[in-house]
Amino acid sequence: MRVAGTGSDGAGAAEVEARLAPLMAAAQDGDPSAYQRLLRACLPLVRATARSQGVPADRVDDVVQEVLLAVHRARRTYDPARPFTPWLRAIAQRRSIDALRRQGRQRTREVYAPLAYESYPDPTATAAQVLEQSDRGQRLRAAVAALPEGQRQAVEELALQERTLDEASASTGRAKGALKVNLHRALKGLRARLSGGEGRNV
Amino acid sequence: MSDLRSSPDVLIQALTADLSPVRRLVPPPLRALGWLAAVGGSAAALACFADLGAVARRLAAAPDMWLAVTGSLLTAVLAALAAFQTVVPDRKPAWALLPLPGLLLWASASGLGCLRTWFVPEAQAANLAEARSCLVFILGVSVPLSVLLVAMLRRGYSLRPNLTATTGGLAAAAAAATLLNLFHPYDAAATDLAVHALAVTIVILANRTLSGRVLRAA
Repeated sequence: MRVAGTGSDGAGAAEVEARLAPLMAAAQDGDPSAYQRLLRACLPLVRATARSQGVPADRVDDVVQEVLLAVHRARRTYDPARPFTPWLRAIAQRRSIDALRRQGRQRTREVYAPLAYESYPDPTATAAQVLEQSDRGQRLRAAVAALPEGQRQAVEELALQERTLDEASASTGRAKGALKVNLHRALKGLRARLSGGEGRNV
Repeated sequence: MSDLRSSPDVLIQALTADLSPVRRLVPPPLRALGWLAAVGGSAAALACFADLGAVARRLAAAPDMWLAVTGSLLTAVLAALAAFQTVVPDRKPAWALLPLPGLLLWASASGLGCLRTWFVPEAQAANLAEARSCLVFILGVSVPLSVLLVAMLRRGYSLRPNLTATTGGLAAAAAAATLLNLFHPYDAAATDLAVHALAVTIVILANRTLSGRVLRAA
């Protein structure tokens, strides 16, 4: 991939080098406009280096920021007698590797999923398990629907809607004792029906 | 800083706003020479308290010891040079391998000294208490040398702080082991060599942990 201004061919590289090295020397002497031009001119080279190291596109700008800060801190270590681009590329490569390592560490211990609890399915469930759960749900619903009226009401009110005995009693008009007995019989019947002993205890 | 990091343009504006001139770093060999000069100064100061005659007699009686001294000195020089090279971003990390020849000479010559104690009955090996004083000496002298080295290395910018700290630790430990010869009237024995190796390892690990942290923060 050829990146504009980074000089992927020999002549381009020499041109970039001839442009950037004096700017860096001037920046070391405290020239802010030269420094600003230098940092702007470095951006394509830093981005290209980050991409070539395998930094994902959405992280490249983070690496660019890290490299700019590193260049600022390290600017006294640049020797104007030596080429500038290897100096910059070494920093960009290292910061890219650091970013990849950081990303790898984050992946092992963090998951960004704010709605995971509401919307994310159980990752351990296979397609067969999901179908089986669905099938089991249908059988349960059919078994509850087939219960005698009193037992069905007790299951729906106390087990499925998780109401208290008082609430269920007020809702159905049945005595609390009757609800308890009906629930007990219903659970016994459902257990027998769903485990294959249909009709034995109902 | 978080808002500065939102865009390269904003960050560039911030970095260039209050730009001040910087003093360029002196080339690594010269900086290494500066630290080695400090080691030389320490050697001169310690020599005032050493029995130089005994040192000369010991080295004359066991010429192979020169090899061990040369090895530790070479290790200190090369490791210091390597450490100063690694705080310049465009230098290769392979510079850290530079002290290996010195280290090999040092280790093999010291090992050779151990063999001599088996073949020469009159050789005087260090006992456990004396070996412990060697350990204390190397650790004690390494501390100021390491502090000075890290202070000098901080002026650079290490892309691999742990590597720099490890190399610097080796330089400080080797320099301290070299200075130990001023106060070491024993022939090398296996226990002595093991204690020296232990001391050097402690200094390197301590540097890697503590100096590495300091260099990362720089």
